[in-house]
Amino acid sequence: MDTEPLTKLDRSYSTVMRIEGLLTLVPLLIAGLVLYATSVIPAWVPGVVLALAALVLVFYLPTKRFRSRGYHMSDDRLRVVKGVMFHADTVVPFSRVQHLDVEQNPLERMFGIARLILHTAGTHNASVTLPGLAHDNAITMREAIRAHVKRESL
Amino acid sequence: MHEWLRVNPLSMAVQMLRTLGSAIVPAAVVIFGAGTQDSEKFAEIAPWIIPILVLIIGFNLLGTWLGWVRLRYRVGEADVRVEQGILSRQARSVPYERIQDVSLEQKLIPRLLGLVEVKFETGAGGKEELKLSYVSEAEGEKLRETVRALVEGEMTRPAVPAEGEEVPTAPEPAGEMLFAMDTRRLFLFGLFNFSLVVFAVLIGALQQFEFLLPFDLWDYLADLIKDDRISEAGDALAGYTLVAQIAAIAYAVFAVVVVGMASGVVRTFVQDWEFRLDRTPKGFRRRRGLLTKTDVVMPVHRVQALVLKTGVIRRRFGWYGLSFISLAQDAGSANHEVAPFAKMAEIAPIVREAGFSLPDEDTDWRRASADFYFDRAVLQALVPGTAALVLIVLGYTLVSLLLAGLAAVLMVGEYFLWRFVRHALDPQQVMSRIGWLAPRWKIANRVKLHSVEIAQGPLARWRGYCTLRFGLAGGRLAFRGLRLEDARAMRAAVLDSIAVVDFAHLPR
Repeated sequence: MDTEPLTKLDRSYSTVMRIEGLLTLVPLLIAGLVLYATSVIPAWVPGVVLALAALVLVFYLPTKRFRSRGYHMSDDRLRVVKGVMFHADTVVPFSRVQHLDVEQNPLERMFGIARLILHTAGTHNASVTLPGLAHDNAITMREAIRAHVKRESL
Repeated sequence: MHEWLRVNPLSMAVQMLRTLGSAIVPAAVVIFGAGTQDSEKFAEIAPWIIPILVLIIGFNLLGTWLGWVRLRYRVGEADVRVEQGILSRQARSVPYERIQDVSLEQKLIPRLLGLVEVKFETGAGGKEELKLSYVSEAEGEKLRETVRALVEGEMTRPAVPAEGEEVPTAPEPAGEMLFAMDTRRLFLFGLFNFSLVVFAVLIGALQQFEFLLPFDLWDYLADLIKDDRISEAGDALAGYTLVAQIAAIAYAVFAVVVVGMASGVVRTFVQDWEFRLDRTPKGFRRRRGLLTKTDVVMPVHRVQALVLKTGVIRRRFGWYGLSFISLAQDAGSANHEVAPFAKMAEIAPIVREAGFSLPDEDTDWRRASADFYFDRAVLQALVPGTAALVLIVLGYTLVSLLLAGLAAVLMVGEYFLWRFVRHALDPQQVMSRIGWLAPRWKIANRVKLHSVEIAQGPLARWRGYCTLRFGLAGGRLAFRGLRLEDARAMRAAVLDSIAVVDFAHLPR
């Protein structure tokens, strides 16, 4: 069961991660501008640091993250794989799902993607999040899991 | 039974005693302190002390009375409701289907007055539970029976019981005793509960109440060192013969051991006095306590997993402790102790009643990856080992040898952990054994697990091992350093067991 091919996430998810990386750069950018203006250190230093940070946060990490993530949905369980450095490979059987959430933040809404969150009664992995799904797809998956939960408990 | 009720009026007395206790003692200490230090000023404020105290007590009385008047509860058709608050009202309702259990607790003062605190446990796990403090013992018992009957009714038929329908309130059947501890057993248990906490408490109390001492402790200690009195004491000791020195040290060790054991015995007597576990039709009923008496019922189907543990020394004598992992909390800890100090022969029937089975000779125990423990050993020995090498080059032979010894001990420890930490999978259960000198077993029902995760850090990925984590309600269950193939096989097997039984079909 661990050999099945993982479904990749929506392409716009990596764009969203790049934009999020850009947003985390903003405080750094301000600090860099201040340092540049006060000229305590050579003017090129903040520029180089910023460029490096941008390279990591906007290009390298989102690409790696996107590649490392994936999921596989079979008819009675969902497998979520993630992690660049620290790998986690989680399987939640639908029969243990307590409730389901589909969430979108403004940025995700702009790109039409959503996060699917599965809640279980366990202390560990009480909620398993699968980000970067096309919104329609997330809704379809939620309905499928809900139908399964409902059918089983009838 | 659907009308609004007030709690027992005597609970006002308990409330008063408690607030006065916490207000009067510090007040007395302050007055005493003021009186001894500055008698002139004290004389100035002295006439006001009595009126101020009366005022404080009066306000307390009024507040307590208002609190009592404004607190009411109702055991309704679909829920238990409690409304409280003098100015801002708080109304809480707990539906029957969410009530895991009703437990009764008696602290010292309520016990003297024949009152109990009723707790409606919702399994919210550490969150605020619905509490009623205090009702009379008979009323508490009746409440528990009524609510339990209603909870059961809610389980079997979802429909609301018809108005006026008689709710059976038969008294709790006596049940069959599974386990009890007599005074001798408690005493023995207490000896094993050796604890030096009492010294910490003494030092803490000394700091807290230092100002009450007739002399300044720190000055005294400073003088002791400054005046060479401490070295005089040392000289006195050095003046003894070798035999006398050994005797003095042995005496000191003996004194510490005796105090440690005595405090263990006292603590055990207070907590586990008249410990008794019964199997009633509704589950396991546990009663214990000397000053605070508790009476808890754990329904059998709510037991998620078992924890069996022992100690370095008590293991040699065949003593083990058994507790349940369940959704409800037990005095701050997630585990319910059901047999804290028992022989295996006494534990086995309890385990059987809970629907689990203990590992036996047929259990296929497996070890974790040797690479995992090898890596751990290397990582742990790295710092002391390197330091030892550097120091031997610098010429500090003794320190270097000590550090090398430490590194060796750490590595040997990891070797033994590799030998003794194991896991097993049987058709119904997942089992783990951790620890080397003081082992601890966890036994979880495969069907009652909620998710499975395989996690790997960078080192683990390079070396090909992983951590296998199970989602367990009310507890944690993880296996560290498993070979990847092992973890995958275990995950597949457990997932297949989980997937066939739906959550709603789990025995409730």
